[in-house]
Amino acid sequence: MTVAIDRATGKRHGDRAPRPGLGGRFKRSYQKYWYAYAMIAPVIIVLGALVLYPLVYGLYLTLTDANSLNTARTIGVNHIDATYKFIGLDNYKDILFGPTAYDRFWSHFIWTIVWTAVCVTLHYTIGLGLALLLNQKLRGRTLYRLILILPWAVPTFVTVFGWRFMLADGGIINTVLHALHLPQPSWLEDTFWQRFAAIMVNTWCGVPFMMLSLLGGLQAIDSSLYEAAEMDGASSWQRFRYVTLPGLRSVSSTVVLLGIIWTFNQFAIIFLLFGNTAPDAQILVTWAYYLGFGQQPRDFAQSATYGILLLAILIVFTSFYRRWLNRNEQQLAI
Amino acid sequence: MSTATPPEIKSGRPVTPQVLANSRLRPVRRRGNSSSTARLVSHGILIVASLIALFPVAWLVYLSLGPDKDDYLHPGGIWGKMSLTNYSFVLEHTQFFDWLLTTAVVTLGTTLIGVLISATTGYAVSRMRFPGYKKFMWVLLVTQMFPVAVLMVPMYQILSDLQLIDTYLGLILVYCSTVVPYCAWLMKGYFDTIPFEIDEAGRVDGLSPFGTFARLIIPLAKPGLAVAAFYTFLTAFGEVAFASTFMLSDTKYTFAVGLQTFVSEHDAQRNLMAATAVLIAIPVSAFFYLVQKNLVTGLTAGGTKG
Repeated sequence: MTVAIDRATGKRHGDRAPRPGLGGRFKRSYQKYWYAYAMIAPVIIVLGALVLYPLVYGLYLTLTDANSLNTARTIGVNHIDATYKFIGLDNYKDILFGPTAYDRFWSHFIWTIVWTAVCVTLHYTIGLGLALLLNQKLRGRTLYRLILILPWAVPTFVTVFGWRFMLADGGIINTVLHALHLPQPSWLEDTFWQRFAAIMVNTWCGVPFMMLSLLGGLQAIDSSLYEAAEMDGASSWQRFRYVTLPGLRSVSSTVVLLGIIWTFNQFAIIFLLFGNTAPDAQILVTWAYYLGFGQQPRDFAQSATYGILLLAILIVFTSFYRRWLNRNEQQLAI
Repeated sequence: MSTATPPEIKSGRPVTPQVLANSRLRPVRRRGNSSSTARLVSHGILIVASLIALFPVAWLVYLSLGPDKDDYLHPGGIWGKMSLTNYSFVLEHTQFFDWLLTTAVVTLGTTLIGVLISATTGYAVSRMRFPGYKKFMWVLLVTQMFPVAVLMVPMYQILSDLQLIDTYLGLILVYCSTVVPYCAWLMKGYFDTIPFEIDEAGRVDGLSPFGTFARLIIPLAKPGLAVAAFYTFLTAFGEVAFASTFMLSDTKYTFAVGLQTFVSEHDAQRNLMAATAVLIAIPVSAFFYLVQKNLVTGLTAGGTKG
C-alpha cells in the first residue's frame, strides 16, 4: 500500500518505466491510488448524481418536446405516464433559426452580451478606482472600506427589494428627479430603463468584490518597484501603467473571469427586480427559467435547450479566455 | 503644497552636494503622502461612493419603520409616526420562524456536507496525481460555471421522481452540487500550501492515510476550511432560483423565497417586507463583516493557483 505523493518529487510524464499490460496497469494503479479514489469518491458520487446525470438527462430532454402537460406526473392518486416524444434537433433549430427566433433568442442573446460587458467593465473600473483610493494613506480608510463593502454584505435578495422601493413610480429616485426638474423614467416598466436599472443595481452589488480583490492585489505589489520607478523619473500615470497594472495582472485575470461568469449567470437581480413583468429585459438565464417555470404550460424542453446553449457559450468563451491569457507565459492551467 | 520638507537622507545613498542641491530644488514628498488637494479629492470621491453604497440599505431600514403599506410613496410622513409595529407583526403573525428554520436547516446542512466533501476532494487532488486527474479538475472547473438554467429542469424532474421536491434534503443536495466544485478548488489551493513533509512524517509514524488527513492535515487547514464554510454558508443563504422552484409549501420557504411572498399581484405589504428584509439582513451582514477579510483572500487565492 503505497500512497503516491509524487508532486513532491516533481516527476514528469517523460521518465516513466515501460508500461505493463492493461490488467497489470489497472491493478497497480488501484494499489497506488486507491486512497485518492476513496477520497474523491464522495464528490464523484455527488457530482455524478447531481450534475452529470441531470446534464445527460437535460441533454436528452432537449431532443424531445417535453412540457408540463406531457411529462409523467401524479395528480391525486392517478399517475399519468410521460407521453413526450423524441424530435431530434428541432428545438435547437427552432430556437436558433425558427420563425421569431430573433425575438425569442437573439435579442436576449445580444442583451446578455451587452449586459455582461457593461457590468463587468463598470465593476472593474469602479472597483479599481476605489481600490486605488483606499490604497493610499488616508484618514478613516478602514471606515470607508467597511461602508463600501456593505452591498456585498447584505444578501442580494434583500437589497434588490430595497432598490425596488427606490425605483418604483413614486419612489425616492423619481421624487428626487422631479425635484430637480429632470425627466422621471418609469424604471420598472419601460424596456430601456429596465435594462438601465438592472445594470445599475448589478453594478452596485458587484463592485465591492472587485474592489476588495484588487485592493488585496495592490497591497501585494512590492513597494520597491514604485521607488525604483520614481527614481527613474516615472510620472504617476507611468507608474500606474507600468507597475500597478502588470502587478495586478494575475488577480485581474481571475476576478474578471469570475465576474464574467457570475454576471452572465446572474439570476437573482433580474428575477427579483422584475419578476415576470419584463420579457424584454430578461437575460438568457432568466429567460430560460421563465420558459421552464414561469409560464403555463411549462416548456421543459425549450428551457433545457437554452440551458445547454448557455453552457456551450460559456465553455467556448472560457477556453478562449484562458488561451488568450496564457499566450505569453506557460502557466499551469488546464 | 510648496512646504519643502527636508528630504530624508537614507543611509547607503552617497550624499554628494549635487544630490542635496537637486532635492532642494524640487519639493520631495514621501511616497504615500499625497498633496492636500489630492487628498481632498480622494476623500470626496470616497464619501460619495460610501453614500451610494449606504443609501439603499439605509433607505430600506427607514421604510421598515413606517407602519402603513403605502408609506414608501411619501417617505416624509414616516418621520412623524415611526414605530416598530411592522417588526412585531412580522415576528408574531407571519411565518418568519418557519422560514428561519428552513433557512437554518438548509444552510447549515449544506455547509456541513459541502465542506466535508470538498475537503476530502481538495486533499486528494492536492496530494496525488492519479490517472484522470486533469479530467477531474476540468470537470470541477466547468461545473462552477453552470448557469442555473442548465440543471434546473432535469433536477426538477429527478427530484420529483425521487419525491425530494419540497424537502430539506433535496435542496441541500442541490446546493452541494453548486458549492462543492468551487470549495474543492479552494481547499486544493490551501492544502497545496501545507508541506508534504507533514504527510510523510505522519506516515512514518504509522498513521493510515485517512489518519494523516484527519489528525494532521485537517487541524492545519482550519483557516482554509473556515473560508470554504463561509463561502458555502453565504451562497446557500442567498440562493434564489432553486429555492423558488423546489420548495412548494409556504412553511418550507427559505428567506429568499419567503420575502417574495409579501408582494403578489393582489396585495403588496411593502412595510412588512421591508421589516422582514431588515431582520434577515442584520445577522447575516454581521456574520459577513466578521469573516470578510478571510473570505476575500481565500476566494482569490483559490482562483489564481492553477
